[in-house]
Amino acid sequence: MSTVAAPADTVGQASETPERAQPYAALGLTDSEYERIASVLGRRPTDAELAIYSVMWSEHCSYKSSRKHLRQFASKAPRTDVLLAGIGQNAGVVDIGQGYAVTFKIESHNHPSYVEPFQGAATGVGGIVRDILAMGARPVAVMDALRFGPADAPDTLRVLPGVVGGISFYGNCLGLPNIGGELVFDPCYAGNPLVNALCVGVLRPADLKLAAATGTGNRVILFGSRTGPDGIGGASVLASASFGGSGVGAKRPSVQVGDPFMEKLLVECCLELYAADLVVGIQDLGAAGVACATTELAAGGKSGMRVALDTVPLRDASLGPAEILMSESQERMMAVVTPADVDRFLEICAKWEVPATVIGEVTDTGRLEMTWHGEQVVDIPPGSAADDGPVYDRPVRRPAAQDALALDDPASLPRPASPAELRAALLSVLAAPDAADKTWVTEQYDRYVRGDTVLAMPHDAGLIRVDEATGLGVALATDGNGRYCLLDPYAGTQLALAEAYRNVAATGARPLAVTNCLNFGSPEDPEVMWQFTEAVRGLADGCLTLGVPVTGGNVSFYNQTGTAAIQPTPVVGVLGVHDDVRLRVGAGFTSAGDTLMLLGETRPEFGGSLWARVAHGHLGGRPPAVDLEAERALAQVLVTAAARGLLSAAHDLSDGGLAVALAESCLAGGLGAEVTLPGEPFTLLFSESAGRALVAIRPGREAEFAALRAEAGVPGDVIGRVGGDTLEVAGSFAIGLDELGAGYRATLPGLFG
Amino acid sequence: MLSARVGVVTFPGSLDDQDACRAVRLAGGTPVPLWHGEASLHGVDAVVLPGGFSYGDYLRCGAIARFAPVMTELIPAARAGLPVLGICNGFQILCEAHLLPGALTRNAGRRFITRDIQIEMRNTVSRWTADYTAGQQITVVLKSGEGAYVAGQSTLDDLAARGQVLARYASGNPNGSEGDIAGVVNEAGNVAGLMPHPEHAVDELTGPSADGLGFFTSVLHSVVTA
Repeated sequence: MSTVAAPADTVGQASETPERAQPYAALGLTDSEYERIASVLGRRPTDAELAIYSVMWSEHCSYKSSRKHLRQFASKAPRTDVLLAGIGQNAGVVDIGQGYAVTFKIESHNHPSYVEPFQGAATGVGGIVRDILAMGARPVAVMDALRFGPADAPDTLRVLPGVVGGISFYGNCLGLPNIGGELVFDPCYAGNPLVNALCVGVLRPADLKLAAATGTGNRVILFGSRTGPDGIGGASVLASASFGGSGVGAKRPSVQVGDPFMEKLLVECCLELYAADLVVGIQDLGAAGVACATTELAAGGKSGMRVALDTVPLRDASLGPAEILMSESQERMMAVVTPADVDRFLEICAKWEVPATVIGEVTDTGRLEMTWHGEQVVDIPPGSAADDGPVYDRPVRRPAAQDALALDDPASLPRPASPAELRAALLSVLAAPDAADKTWVTEQYDRYVRGDTVLAMPHDAGLIRVDEATGLGVALATDGNGRYCLLDPYAGTQLALAEAYRNVAATGARPLAVTNCLNFGSPEDPEVMWQFTEAVRGLADGCLTLGVPVTGGNVSFYNQTGTAAIQPTPVVGVLGVHDDVRLRVGAGFTSAGDTLMLLGETRPEFGGSLWARVAHGHLGGRPPAVDLEAERALAQVLVTAAARGLLSAAHDLSDGGLAVALAESCLAGGLGAEVTLPGEPFTLLFSESAGRALVAIRPGREAEFAALRAEAGVPGDVIGRVGGDTLEVAGSFAIGLDELGAGYRATLPGLFG
Repeated sequence: MLSARVGVVTFPGSLDDQDACRAVRLAGGTPVPLWHGEASLHGVDAVVLPGGFSYGDYLRCGAIARFAPVMTELIPAARAGLPVLGICNGFQILCEAHLLPGALTRNAGRRFITRDIQIEMRNTVSRWTADYTAGQQITVVLKSGEGAYVAGQSTLDDLAARGQVLARYASGNPNGSEGDIAGVVNEAGNVAGLMPHPEHAVDELTGPSADGLGFFTSVLHSVVTA
C-alpha cells in the first residue's frame, strides 16, 4: 500500500483558516472544551494540537470528573515520613528502610480486555510495568485483580481464558513473578469485565527518576518499539479522510498489541541506563503515547520542548502527525539526556537491541513545539494540556433505590440449622466460583522467576524478598467487594481497605501505603457519581485513620452497558514491609497440635455475604460494620506475633467467613482441624464481620500470645486445634479433607477445561 | 583453593539467569555471567543455559539462540567434555543445537503450567547428577508452555538402553512428555537438559524444597575431582 501523505495542517494555516470545521466532537471534546483550547492558543488548534488536547483532556488522562474528589487523598493524608513521591507521579514511592524504596501502582485495562481479552490483558501488564520502570525502579512482581460476569455464562468462557492467557503470556515472558490478586464473578461484570493490574518495583531512593524535561539543550530520545497504527484514540476518526487527510482511510485497531520480549529488553536496557546515570528525566508511553509523554515531560520540567515528529521511527510509513501523537503502540519510553551522554545512551540501547532515536530537545521557551518535515504543526503551552485540563463538578444524587436496598435485610432468609444443613452449606459456599480453588488461573502464571517469592497464592498476600542478606521484604494484597460497596460505598470501600490491610498484616508485614483502582460506571450518571464520591471519601477517611497514605492510583469510569453500571468496585492495594521474610506466616495449617484461635468479634452480619448470595441469590441489607481502630489493633497483634515467631498460620476472615477460612487453611496446609464453636454455629461459621483473623499458635507460646492480645485489646476465643485429616466442628459435622477439597478444586476446571 | 567457576549465559529474553547464578553460589561455586553476544566462555569450568524466552521464542523455542556468538564457543567445548546444563529454555536450545536428542513441544494441555512436581532421578552418574541416588524422588518446579519431550521411538529406546534418561516425571505426566521424560543427558554424561527448574528449588524459603541444589553441587564436585 503506498499513499502520498497529504500536507499537514500547520500552525500558520490554523491562524489563517479560523473557520475550518474540526471533528472535535468525534474525538470526545465538548463545545466548551474546544472553545477553551482556542482561547488558550488564541486561534483554532491544528489537527495535531487537537489530537493532543483530545487525548490529554480525555477522562482517562485528565481525571476531569474525579480530580475534584481525589484531592482528599492529599488533604486527608496521614502524617508520614516514608513517602518519597506521591500522587501525580507515574507511581508512588515509599521508603522501606535499609536504603531501599519501593514503588507500586494498580491500573485498569478494563475496556480493551473486553474487546480483545488476550491482548487487552497482556498490554495491561505491560503498561503498569513501564509505569514502575519509569520511576527508576526494577519491576519485581505483578498481581491481577480480575472480575468477570457469571462463571457459567458463555461470554465469560470467551473473556476469562483470554484474559488469563494474556496475563500469563506477557508476564511470564517478561520474567516477573505473579504473586496474587483476586478472581470474582458477578452478573454486573458481564460486558464489563474488570482487569486491574498491579506492579511493584524496587529502587535505591537516590535513583528515583521523575518525569521532567530539564536542562535547555538536552536531547529527547524515543526508544523501544517503533510506532504503529495501533490503539489510536480507540476510534477510527483520525483515519477518516475528513480529518486533515492525514490517514489512509483504513480502520485502525483500537486495542494495542503487546511484545513482552521487547518489554524485557526495555527493562534491562533502562536499568543499565540508570546505573550508568545517563537519564535526566524519563516517561513511559502508555495512554496517549507521544502526546502524553512530551506534554508531561515538558510540563513536569517547567520547560519547553521542540520535537521533529517526522523523525519518530514508524512501522507504518503512512502515519501522519496526529496519528503519531495518539498512537498507543506498546513498549516505548522517552528519556531526556544531556548531549554529552547521547552516544553512550545509544550504545547501551544498541547492546540490548532496542531501537532509539533522538527526536527533539529541551528548550527554555515554555512552549511545546513540533514540526513535520520542517513545518510547525504544534505550538502550545505544555501545562495547558498536561495539568490545566477541564475539571468538572459532576452532579451527585443518592440512588433512589438505596434505602430499599438497605431495608432488604438478609436476617429474614432461611438459614441452615441442623448439622447436615450446615455441612451442606459449607460445601456449597466453598465450591462457589468466588471461593473455589484458583489454581486453574494461578498455575498459568510463573510465581518463581527471580527467586525472591516467599508467599504467593493461596496465601493472604504476596510476599517478595528485597534483600537476601537481611531478609527485608514487601507484602502486597488487593481487595475489593462490589456487593458491599453497592450496599454502602463509603463503608464498602473502607472494608476493602481493611481487608487488604489485614491480609498484609497476616503474613507478618507492617502495612505502609495504599494504591487504588476505582472502577465505576458513567460519571455522567449522578447516582454513579454519588457512589464514586462516597467511595473516595471512605478511602481517604480510612487511610487517615489507619495511618497509611494513598500513594497513587487510577480511575476507570464508563464501566457500564447501556444504563446498567457495574457495582461500584474500588480495588484497594496495600503494601507492607516485612523486616525479615524468614519469619513470614502463611495461611495453611502446617503444624499438628497448634492451638486455633479466632481473633476479633463475630456479629450476625450477612448483608452482601457470600452465603446470602450462594444460598439465596440475595444482595441487600447493610455490609459488615467497620471498626478501623479494631483493624489497627488486630494488625498490630498479627505483626508482633509473627516477629516473635508465635504463629504457624494466620488467615484473615472475609468472604464466606470462618467456614471458608477454616477450609482454606486446612486445604492449603494439608492438615485438618478440630473446632468447637463458642456460640451459635451458623453465625460463627458464615458471618462476614470484619476485623477478624484465624491463627494457629505454636505450642508453649499461648500465654505470650494472650498477653500480646490483651495489651492490644483484641478479643479472641480458642476454638480448637490443628491436626488430623478432617475438618471437624464439634456437635455439627466432620468433613474429610478429600471431600472438602474435591468440590473446591473441581469448580474452575469444570467451567474452563 | 578457588571454587569452581560456572558460567550462566544471558540471551536476550533469558529470565532465570539470576536464579541460576544464585543456585551456583548457594552450592559453593562462583557464578560467572556470560553474554550471548560475546564469543568467549572466559575459561569457566561448566556452563548453565538458563530458562526464559530467548529472543522471545519467536520462530521456535531455542531456534535462534543456538546461533548466538557464545554458542560458537560453547558447542565445540560441550562436544569436548565441558559440563553444560540446559534448564527449560536452555534444554530447548541444546536440542536445537543437536547437543541433545529430541525436541520440546507444546504441552498436552495447551496451557502454560507452573507446578511443584516430583521427578525420579534415573541417571545419577552424569556430571550434573552424581550427588543424587538412583530412584531418588525430588521436588522441583515445572513452569513451561512447551515442555513436552518428543523423540522417535528408536531414540527413546536408545536413551533408555544407554542410561541417558536423566529423570522422569513421578507425580503424573504434567505435559505429555514421551516416556514421562523430564530430562536427558548425552552419552558422555556432560551435557544435560532438564525441563523442570532445579534452580528454583535451592532454598525452602523461596522454593518448594532445596532438592535442586544437587545438580549444582554435583557439577562442582565433578569439576574439582576431574
